[in-house]
Amino acid sequence: MSTRTIQGQKNLQDINQASKDGIGGSPLRPDGTLKVKGEFAYSSDLWHEDMLWGMALRSPHPRANILSVDISEAVKLPGVYAVLTHDDIPGSKFYGLEIQDQPALAIDKVRYHGEAIAIVAADHPETARRAVKKIKVEYEVLTPIVTEEQCLDPETYGYVHEPHEFKSHGHGNICHSQKLVHGGGVTDEIRALADVVVSGHYEVGMQDQAFLGPESGLAVPAEDGGMDLYVATQWLHVDRQQVAPVLGIPEEKLRLTLAGVGGAFGGREDLSMQIHACLLAQRTGKPVKIVYARDESFFGHVHRHPAKMYYEHGATRDGKLVYADARIVLDGGAYASASPAVVGNAASLGHGPYNIPNVRMEAIALYSNNPSCGAMRGFGAVQACFGYETQMDKLAAELGMDPVELRQLNAMSEGDPMPTGQVIDSPAPVAQLLQIVKDRPLPPPLDLDNLDVRTLPGALSNTSHGEGIVRGVGYSVGIKNVGFSEGFDDYSTARVRLEVIGGEPVAMVHTAMAEVGQGGITVHAQIARTELGVEQVTIHPANTEVGSAGSTSASRQTYMTGGAVKYAAEAVKAALIEKGRRRYGWTQTDIILLGGKVISEAGGPLVSIVDLLGDEAIDLTREHHHRPTVPFDKETGQGFGHVQYTFCANRAVVDVDIELGLVKVVELTAAQDVGKALNPLSVIGQIQGGCTQALGLAVMEEIIVKDGKVRNASFTDYLIPTILDVPPIPVDMLELPDPHAPYGLRGVGEAPTVSATPSIVAAIRQATGIALNRIPVRPEHLTGTL
Amino acid sequence: MRVTFTANGKPVEADDVWEGESLLYVLRERVGLPGSKNACEQGECGSCTVYLDGTPVCSCLVAAGQVQGREVRTVEGLADESGLDPVQQAFIDAGAVQCGFCTPGLLVQTHDLLDRQPQPSDTDIREALSGNLCRCTGYEKIMDAVRLASARKCEKAGASE
Repeated sequence: MSTRTIQGQKNLQDINQASKDGIGGSPLRPDGTLKVKGEFAYSSDLWHEDMLWGMALRSPHPRANILSVDISEAVKLPGVYAVLTHDDIPGSKFYGLEIQDQPALAIDKVRYHGEAIAIVAADHPETARRAVKKIKVEYEVLTPIVTEEQCLDPETYGYVHEPHEFKSHGHGNICHSQKLVHGGGVTDEIRALADVVVSGHYEVGMQDQAFLGPESGLAVPAEDGGMDLYVATQWLHVDRQQVAPVLGIPEEKLRLTLAGVGGAFGGREDLSMQIHACLLAQRTGKPVKIVYARDESFFGHVHRHPAKMYYEHGATRDGKLVYADARIVLDGGAYASASPAVVGNAASLGHGPYNIPNVRMEAIALYSNNPSCGAMRGFGAVQACFGYETQMDKLAAELGMDPVELRQLNAMSEGDPMPTGQVIDSPAPVAQLLQIVKDRPLPPPLDLDNLDVRTLPGALSNTSHGEGIVRGVGYSVGIKNVGFSEGFDDYSTARVRLEVIGGEPVAMVHTAMAEVGQGGITVHAQIARTELGVEQVTIHPANTEVGSAGSTSASRQTYMTGGAVKYAAEAVKAALIEKGRRRYGWTQTDIILLGGKVISEAGGPLVSIVDLLGDEAIDLTREHHHRPTVPFDKETGQGFGHVQYTFCANRAVVDVDIELGLVKVVELTAAQDVGKALNPLSVIGQIQGGCTQALGLAVMEEIIVKDGKVRNASFTDYLIPTILDVPPIPVDMLELPDPHAPYGLRGVGEAPTVSATPSIVAAIRQATGIALNRIPVRPEHLTGTL
Repeated sequence: MRVTFTANGKPVEADDVWEGESLLYVLRERVGLPGSKNACEQGECGSCTVYLDGTPVCSCLVAAGQVQGREVRTVEGLADESGLDPVQQAFIDAGAVQCGFCTPGLLVQTHDLLDRQPQPSDTDIREALSGNLCRCTGYEKIMDAVRLASARKCEKAGASE
């Protein structure tokens, strides 16, 4: 029935190309040619004969009771096929990643600005827009609960979720909390051991993932009463797990296929349009496509938690840390999303990559009537890093020490315990990474006689010719975990098939991994080449016909699904060799696959893969489970909670126009241990991209929320870095293998997003002498007009 | 209304076009050219950049009716029978494509830049591409790609002289 459901065959054409590049090489992306020709099918490009367009009516109020919803005028509009509210939902009305506390469509009340209340299917997006406008909703508008003070006093200000409907692990308006005590904790006796104490309150604004490909997908009703959903997501199986119960159908009748994904960065971890498109398709019996416009995208996904933090550090006169204390308050907004896991990260990683004998920490996520917050690259470690790294600079200044030397003096390394008690059991070259960025030559100073004004703060606006420009340099280092933590088994599945096609051995790799741009499919093909000694590898479209690959998040996909591909390929290799033993009676124990041949390392080629396989295909599926972790103790935060740690250090050089408060980052250097770079080109791309999102948080990116209302839901008003804002980003990679990880690799995507922001702010601080306890740094913070 | 124009050298005709539709919508939804991308639809991101009578424009900001009788060239029209345009090849080779959603607009804008200015300085490149947002790469590989395309095009031009 599908006439032009594009994802699938077409995206495979160029993935069949041959290459000799196994792991450690940088073969080109298999989808690159389609992407540069404009032929790669993104989720928003999908088209189906007879398809309808879906659209949601969203609340203009952050907190209100819904007194009535009148759809009668909307339904009458020609071209409108369905208008649905929560009353029309056939199954469960709630969903959620960790806690099912979010209604698929609002029930009697709205809890945030932009919450979906009703959905429309129509024959043209403009018809759908007009129908949405004709839905009449009567609200009783309530005062939103938006500040920490309001959230923590529900008796006075109210409950975001009333106690009888509260589903999270917390209480009142606290969604989740985690405490941690290490060593002697922080007591008066411990404090007395410190010669020097620095403290501060720090604030991080709400950052958006701002992926370019808007939320979109196509739901196609199937003849068996089920549904086929083509969608851009980060985790097909967890989408299915959340959507099927709402549709009232068994999971196996909901089949998901990954459509082309235009970036993700955490913003596609939660559902957006999936349930709505499926409900409309189920009701109308027609395919339904939903594509968010940019403003709707800002309302349609969760953001990075804004944070308010208190940090206090005590040290000896010679710079040794004695204790650290912190409280991190994260605003989780209306629904839980990933807040519990974000809190776990903030608490366990929130004192940074430092050896601190005595630690106390409390991290909490609030429920509020602000936009929901959840996963974004860096996931709970970003906010804290701004806090502890600012503290390190303060402490260095207080002690009269070099800020890099102070960090190195206290840097953790392999064998040291985290504040959770977990001993770091693989390389942790924190001091070395700092040394690498420090040792890089600095960019040349501003040459006032030879200026291109486009390179100055203000750039094309031509706001300075060198006057009022001050340069600064700053350093930072950060820590991030890899993989899902706290006892979660986020396994991955891979299917590898080896057969002869056109006289050549060809491997096919089938996983449900969401390729969101990171290049996971390139790496899968490299792994298959290395393990099976073949040149041609086909990547099967990602779908739910194969087991879960877990989420494309937490820097985990190469580790987890790459690992699954490795194990499935090894199983195929073993089966092939076993076939040869049975047929030829081989007794050698040194048999490998290389260059299309089965080879005894000592004795040379035994047989070609083609001859050994013949008409048979070997098709095996394997799961990859990482070593188990445990939940953190609720009160002490102790436990082997994380799978792997990753570290990045940065040096930022900035020019600041102190008259106008404009900042130009001149250079942003990164050094990161990647364990083993399976694809160096992609790894560097991840580090540079991660640094750039950190630059955005440092100097421009913030969703402005006032009284619960989003004020800048557009790329006109929410600024992300352009090519003029981003400087050269030299990258140094260390490759120190982690013995616990496949190929010794270390997840790379997030560490630079954690670590780079504080280096930029430190550089601005050095240039201006202004304290800067809040990010993003705005011009008014620098000119003193705030 | 009916809109007729030339897309990548071929005459196209779109029927039942609503007056509020953009050129981007007509390309993507009516004439089967979804290569130009819909990232912001308000002229901020550059993902929908196409040539209109030889000048790069944000196709989301051009009303469909405005292209009546005119020539449009999209990312789908950059390659020819002999293969990819050097700009396209350079983006692949340099690792400038990650998710690729910004790529079509960047390709058209870069194609135009190198036509006007075969050997741009880094700052020229940054100025020319400052209207094209990319969220994945940090732009470093995009800089590499433009430098590479420039070098290859100049080499080719030198060889053919």
